[in-house]
Amino acid sequence: MIFPWIWRSLPGPAWVRTATLLVVGAAVVWVLFEYGFPWFSITFGIQDQSVGA
Amino acid sequence: MTSTLRYPGATAHAAGRDAGTRALALVGELMIIAGTVIGLFVLWQLFYTDVTAGREQARVLDSLPWAQVNAVRAPAASGEPGEPPVSVAINTIPPEAQLDPATAPVMKEPRHAATFATMYVPRWGIDYVKPISEGVTRYDVLDRLGIGHYPGTGMPGALGNFAISAHRTTYAKPFSRIDELMVGDALVIQTEDAWYVYRVTSHEIVLPTQVEVIAPVPDHPGRTPNDHYITLTSCHPRFSASHRYVVHGVLEYWSPTGAGVPPEIVEGASS
Repeated sequence: MIFPWIWRSLPGPAWVRTATLLVVGAAVVWVLFEYGFPWFSITFGIQDQSVGA
Repeated sequence: MTSTLRYPGATAHAAGRDAGTRALALVGELMIIAGTVIGLFVLWQLFYTDVTAGREQARVLDSLPWAQVNAVRAPAASGEPGEPPVSVAINTIPPEAQLDPATAPVMKEPRHAATFATMYVPRWGIDYVKPISEGVTRYDVLDRLGIGHYPGTGMPGALGNFAISAHRTTYAKPFSRIDELMVGDALVIQTEDAWYVYRVTSHEIVLPTQVEVIAPVPDHPGRTPNDHYITLTSCHPRFSASHRYVVHGVLEYWSPTGAGVPPEIVEGASS
C-alpha cells in the first residue's frame, strides 16, 4: 500500500530510488531528532520531574 | 520503464485484492512506521540528548570568562598515558586564604536561565566541571544547560540551602553518579567572585513530593538556618522518575577569586 506506492512514485532506476529513499530517510530522522522529539518530550511531559509546589 | 521495474509486491497488488486484505495491509504498514518512529524516539532519548546537551554545556562553560575550567582540564589533556602529567602551574588556595563560612559573600539571584556558577566534583572525575544556571525548568535549563538552581533557595555561600538539580540519565546526565558520593567528599562551586568548598554530610532517597529536602534547613521547613547548606537532587532510580536521590552538604570554607584554586579539585577524591 504505502511502501509500494512510494516506490512506484519515485523516478529513475532502482539505485536512484534507493539513494533518494536513504537521503529522505536521513532528513526525516534529523528533523525528528532536532525538532520533533524535543518538542514531543516537552509538550507531553515524558519523564516530567517537577512537582507543583 | 514502468513495466520492467516493479516493486515485488506490485504484481499481487495489480492482480487486485479484496478491500479487507488491502485495509489490513495498510494497517500493518502504519504499524511498521509507528514502531520505527517509537524506536527512533528511544534512541534519541537515551543517546542523542547526551550529544546535544553535552555540546551545549561545553559551549556555555567556554563562554564564561571567569570560569577556570583549565585548572582541571589541562592536566588531563597533557602528557602521554603512563607518564606523569606535565605539571601546569596552578596555584592552590593556601590555608590562610580558606576563609570562614560566616564571612562568605552571597551573590544576588540572577535572571532565569542565566549561568552564574560552575561545579567541580572530584569524586566524579578530576576533570568534572559543569555550569550551574538559574531555574529548574526542563526545556531551557535542565535539558540544555545542565545543572539548575531552585529559584528562591540560597545562592552559593548563603546562610540557608543552596539547592541544585540535574538529570540522572540523558541530556548529558550531570548527576549521573550522584549515588557514588560519600560523606566528606568535596563539592566545589565557583562563581565570578569566589570559590566555595562544601563537604557531603548525608544522602537520602525521597518521593518527588518531599520538597522539604530543599528547605533552608534541609528536611526541617520553617526552621531558621544556622549553617550554609548545599543540596543536590536528581532522579532515582536511574531511568526512572519515581523517587529522588538527594545529597546534603555544608560549607567548609570559601576563598575570593585570585588566591588560586581549591586544592580539592587538583588532588582529586580520596578513595
